[in-house]
Amino acid sequence: MTDRSDALTEAVQNARTAGQRVLIMGSGSKRFLTRADTDPGDRILSTEEHTGIEDYRKDELVVTVRSGTPLRTLRQVLGREGQMLAFEPPEFQGLGTVGGAVAAGLPGPGRPWRGSVRDSVLGVEMINGYGERLVFGGQVMKNVAGFDVSRLQSGAFGIFGVLLRVSLKVIPVPQTERSCVLALDREAAHQWMIRMSALPVPITAACWLDGQLHVRLSGAEPAVVRAARHVGGEQSADDGFWTALRDQTLPFFRSIGVACRYVPPAAALLDTDELIDWNGARRWTQRSPDQVPAGYRRFGPGYARDRCRDAGGNRAVAEYQHRLKQAFDPDSLFNAELTDADVAA
Amino acid sequence: MSEPRQQPGTGQPDLEERGAARTRKRALKRLQSLLPEHCLLTRPAALKPYETDGLTAIRERPWVVALPETEAMLAGVIQICREEGIAVVPRGAGTGLSGGARPLADGVLLGLSKLDRILEIDLSNRAARVQPGVRNLAISEAVAEHGLYYAPDPSSQIACSIGGNVAENSGGVHCLKYGLTVHNILGLTVLTFAGDRLEIGGPGNDPECLDLLALYCGSEGLLGVVTEVWVRLLPVPPERRVLLGAFPAVAGAADAVAAIIRSGLVPAGLEMMDRLAVQAAEAFVHAGYPSDAEAVLLCELDGVAEEVAADARLVERVFRDFGASAVQTAETTEEQARLWLGRKAAFPAVGRLAPDYYCMDGTIPRARLAEVLARVSVLSERYGLAVANVFHAGDGNLHPLILYDANRPGELEQAEAFGAEILDLCVAVGGTVTGEHGVGVEKLGPMCGQFSEAELNQFFRLKAAFDPRGLLNPGKAIPTLTRCAEVGGMHVHGGRLPFPNLERF
Repeated sequence: MTDRSDALTEAVQNARTAGQRVLIMGSGSKRFLTRADTDPGDRILSTEEHTGIEDYRKDELVVTVRSGTPLRTLRQVLGREGQMLAFEPPEFQGLGTVGGAVAAGLPGPGRPWRGSVRDSVLGVEMINGYGERLVFGGQVMKNVAGFDVSRLQSGAFGIFGVLLRVSLKVIPVPQTERSCVLALDREAAHQWMIRMSALPVPITAACWLDGQLHVRLSGAEPAVVRAARHVGGEQSADDGFWTALRDQTLPFFRSIGVACRYVPPAAALLDTDELIDWNGARRWTQRSPDQVPAGYRRFGPGYARDRCRDAGGNRAVAEYQHRLKQAFDPDSLFNAELTDADVAA
Repeated sequence: MSEPRQQPGTGQPDLEERGAARTRKRALKRLQSLLPEHCLLTRPAALKPYETDGLTAIRERPWVVALPETEAMLAGVIQICREEGIAVVPRGAGTGLSGGARPLADGVLLGLSKLDRILEIDLSNRAARVQPGVRNLAISEAVAEHGLYYAPDPSSQIACSIGGNVAENSGGVHCLKYGLTVHNILGLTVLTFAGDRLEIGGPGNDPECLDLLALYCGSEGLLGVVTEVWVRLLPVPPERRVLLGAFPAVAGAADAVAAIIRSGLVPAGLEMMDRLAVQAAEAFVHAGYPSDAEAVLLCELDGVAEEVAADARLVERVFRDFGASAVQTAETTEEQARLWLGRKAAFPAVGRLAPDYYCMDGTIPRARLAEVLARVSVLSERYGLAVANVFHAGDGNLHPLILYDANRPGELEQAEAFGAEILDLCVAVGGTVTGEHGVGVEKLGPMCGQFSEAELNQFFRLKAAFDPRGLLNPGKAIPTLTRCAEVGGMHVHGGRLPFPNLERF
């Protein structure tokens, strides 16, 4: 538990004065999404020692955490009170900080039902490229005072500044949870997902892989029990599948490389061995880095840059993203490798 | 068209004024050739209904009202205004409560009400693509036959439009469980003032760009004009139940709210009314509320039958544990409608108690409810103005209604000062000056208390990234530093932690 806010602010101000660019990093667990290797000349601004849960109000379903706090620590603290993060952020290699989870904006298997990372972000304190400490949002769910700068930080990979603390909405751990595994081919599984999504069934995750449809049910016990009877298949309280999917420790992800595409959930299946996640809205394929098919994004170096600089190829949006970056960080102090033309990916 | 103002004594402004008049004349010609006659209002009688939005205390007659019927017309209006340097104020259905659509005497009021088509219903992706002028409730009505609905339900849902909902990030009674507009839209098409058409997101879950979708929600029309919205549709819950708890003390009701949330249950809605509001509602619609109660809680539960039944037992127990003297449970649609009737009629009912009321919209942490309500009642005595409280208790979103009589000299000013104190109090306990009504022009002063100079400057730079000349809805949402100096706004937010010391009240 150390508050390094002042030291981090000073570091940004010094970097600004010296005209030195910095690379913001937490545990470095998602570094593989930005660049293949770290340039030895990079000046790392580490949030890793800026740790601690500053304010946890379980009655309010809100927690305020310093950005360097390990996700694992936060999960333990919330778990002891029967609460959890709705967005189920991944812990790659068992690592990850709260600031990194917000900056990367990668939600877990429950995304279509429990929302994205930004849906849980209530407020942030950050340092912008002027070296100023700014507070946006707050600790309450309903808040429309000023532009929503705090949610904008989710998925921005730190290009707007250094997150110092974030306030997150938390949810109660469901009373009961059940995993069901059904033997179904890909097409049938996809049709099942589309059909179920129009029905009021307490599904909180659905994924197809290798001839099996995995379904997670969560909620009050009687409702889950009834739904489980309806869904059928092989059932267990927790078969470890969802954590493995979240953290990408399934054998599928430990291959030559993976790429993903974000699509409307009912979008047609492509003729590959896609893993279907998010009830159809995210598809994964195993491909080596030089063979990523059109429409997919390599889940590796360049992923963050594609989002932050190129807006996934949407040129009009990319232009405004560039202006937004200028509005927060005119000297391109932060994570220039994700936004600047003169820095190679 | 407004008359050019005479500025005797100073030649220069007069010249400028004449230049501006010439510009407007030229712009009007261009607008007339772009838009069919019924899409351009210029006569005073036709402009009158557009003088104000839901914040009726503030009025201004717009120069002209443009009501484009197609996106091409809309783009044309923006182009003309950009080229002629004329300000544009976008307007949805005009139900906003903070003056976000307040017109400008020398600007174009851009009404989106004629862009009211549902363009696409994508059942397999449970999404619909709609134009900004589509009414909130019309979406749910259009998909009801498929067992789906659009969740956010602001109290004005019968009239308010989805474009306005995006601009204000509107909530409603059910956002405790289902979230605000930002949680229920999937994509946007936006026209910026520079004329760029931004397509963000779509019926899939995640746009592959920065989260401009969230940024546009609640941006009050300052960053662009929404031309299309992809909304998320949800399956209608099979079971619904409403419980009413009558409490002999406000504190007990407030604590019951915290206890329900703490229990892990997420009600679809959790609303509170205090004694004055209950009595007003009873006198107005006779919903059968116990009128001797100091506070009434309404809790709506929805979901599958087993879950709702279990949750209802829990809520009833919590109500009784915190001293509820009576609990009513409504299982049939008719009974539920009756219990909701009092809540839904609360605003007009309170409106019968005094010639005018001033509706506030602060949000506070739930745990501070009892304390803040007690403070508000102390302030009420000090100002000599009655307050009725009707609000979204589960979200901590307060709507104190300050009763006053505008015909009594000074009373409006008193009501405003009282309201400002309530908002300061909200910020001081860790809340915010507006939960769902927006800043508009009404909350510009209180914003000075919530944000520092550096934060306000960041907002201005963000705005300039989308609209460098500041011609899109100017003067709304973010107060200028000059204004903050004038109102003597005090930045009470300071750090992250709420101020424990409330002695200054």
